[in-house]
Amino acid sequence: MDFNTRRQRTYNSQAIILKRRNLGEADRLLTLLTPDHGKVNAVAKGARKPATKKTGHVELFTRANVLISKGRDLDVLVQAEMTEAYLPLREDLTRGAYANYVVELLDRFTFDDDAHQGSLFQLLDQTLAHISYDDDIRRAVRYYELHLLDAIGFRPELTECVVTREDVEPVDQYFSFADGGVVAPGSQHLALATVPISLNALKVLRHMQRSSYEQVASLSIRPNLHADLERIMLGYIQYTLENRLQSVDFIQRLRRMISSP
Amino acid sequence: MSKAIPEPVTKLIEAFSRLPSIGPKTAARLTYYLLREQDDTALVLAEALTDMKTKTRFCSNCYNITTQDVDPCAICSDPDRDKSTIVVVEEPLDVQAVERTGGFEGQYHVLHGVISPVNGIGPDDLKITELVKRVEADPITEVIIATNPGLEGDATAMYIQRALDGKGVKITRPARGLPTGGDLEYVDSVTLMRALQGRSELG
Ligand SMILES: [Zn+2]
Repeated sequence: MDFNTRRQRTYNSQAIILKRRNLGEADRLLTLLTPDHGKVNAVAKGARKPATKKTGHVELFTRANVLISKGRDLDVLVQAEMTEAYLPLREDLTRGAYANYVVELLDRFTFDDDAHQGSLFQLLDQTLAHISYDDDIRRAVRYYELHLLDAIGFRPELTECVVTREDVEPVDQYFSFADGGVVAPGSQHLALATVPISLNALKVLRHMQRSSYEQVASLSIRPNLHADLERIMLGYIQYTLENRLQSVDFIQRLRRMISSP
Repeated sequence: MSKAIPEPVTKLIEAFSRLPSIGPKTAARLTYYLLREQDDTALVLAEALTDMKTKTRFCSNCYNITTQDVDPCAICSDPDRDKSTIVVVEEPLDVQAVERTGGFEGQYHVLHGVISPVNGIGPDDLKITELVKRVEADPITEVIIATNPGLEGDATAMYIQRALDGKGVKITRPARGLPTGGDLEYVDSVTLMRALQGRSELG
C-alpha cells in the first residue's frame, strides 16, 4: 500500500479491540475503541501469522497500547502491546458471551471516528473487568447499559412519568420502550410499547443510574428481580435498535443448555 | 469509471475488485493482462471458475468441499481412515493444513466459521448440530476441536464441548505452546499462561 508520507502521522493510544476480521492473505482489519479518537478501524498487517511480533497478539476483547499510523485510505496498526487480557472472558463461556453482548451494544450505538465517544473507553474497560471478575455478571451488565445509554443520548427517564411529567409515585409502574421511560399507571394507555415494571426494579435501575459502580456492587439482587431488570432493559435496547442482538440469543441459549441436563 | 472503457472490461474490473485484498488498480492490471494475452488464459480461467462453482459441493458427512459426484467425500469414504477420531476445524483450508502434516489418519468435520455473536454469527450458522448428530450416529470415540486459538475459536470449542456433553466421547483440544522461534519476552500473557497450563514433563 502506498502512503502519502506528507499526510502520514502516527499516534500512541490505549485501545480495546472490539472486532476483527480477516483481510487478504494474512492481515486483519481491527475495530478499536480509543479514549481520544473514539471508534477507529486499523489494519494489522500479518496479524494472522503467529510469528508477527510487533502486532503479535491483537486479540479480541483485550486492552493494548497501540501505535497507529494514519494512512490515506486505511489506518495501520504499527505496534501493539497487550496491557489487559481480561483472562476469564477467554476461560468461561458465559463471561465471554456477556463480553460479546457489551461490545456488540457499543458497536451498534456508536459511529466510526467520533472522538466524543472516546468517553466510553473507561466504561467499557471497567465493564469488561467486572464481567471477568464479579460474581454477579448481570448486575455489571445492567449498570453498563444504563451508563452507555446515558452517554449516547438514550438515558431512560426513571424519575418522572414520560406522559404527565409528574414525579413517579412509590407504586408499581409501567415502562414505555417507545418513550424511553416510566409511565404512571393511569397514563399507560397514552404511551406505546409498555410493559409493567415493579417498584423494586425501578428503584434498582434508578440507584444504578446515579451511583458509582462501587456503590452498586454492594447490592444483592435476587434471580427474580434480575429477570425483571433484564426483560425491561433488553426490551428497551432492542426496541431502540430495532433489532434483535445475536449476543442476546447466544446468552439465552447458554442458559437453556445449563438448565436442561 | 470512464465511458471510454467498454462495458465488458469495466465489468471484469469490478468483479476482480470484489475479491479480498484486490484494489481497483490491481483489478485493472489483471483485466488488461487477460485482455492482451494471446493464449487461452482467460478462457481457461473462465472455465475453471464455472467448474469450481457448478461441480463442487459440501460433503454431506463432514462438510468439507468435494466434487459434485463424490459424496461422501474421498476422506469420509476412504476405508483405510480411522472413523473413531474426528478433527473439527473452522474452514476447508484447515483440513488441508492438517492433511499436510501427514500425521492424522482420522476424519474431519468442517464448521464453516466460529461462534462470534459480536459479528452476528451464532451456533446455528455453523455445522454444530450436524456434528452432534454425527457423534450420536457414528462410532466416534474422540473429537479433537482444532478451531483457531483465540477468544472466538476457544468459545466455539467450549460450546461444542458442552453440546457433546454426555454423548460418551472424549473431547480434546490440540496443545498450544509457545511459538517456535519466539522469545519469551515477546509472548503475551494469554499464550504464556496457556503454555504453562499445557506443560509436559521432561524426560
Ligand atoms: Zn466428508
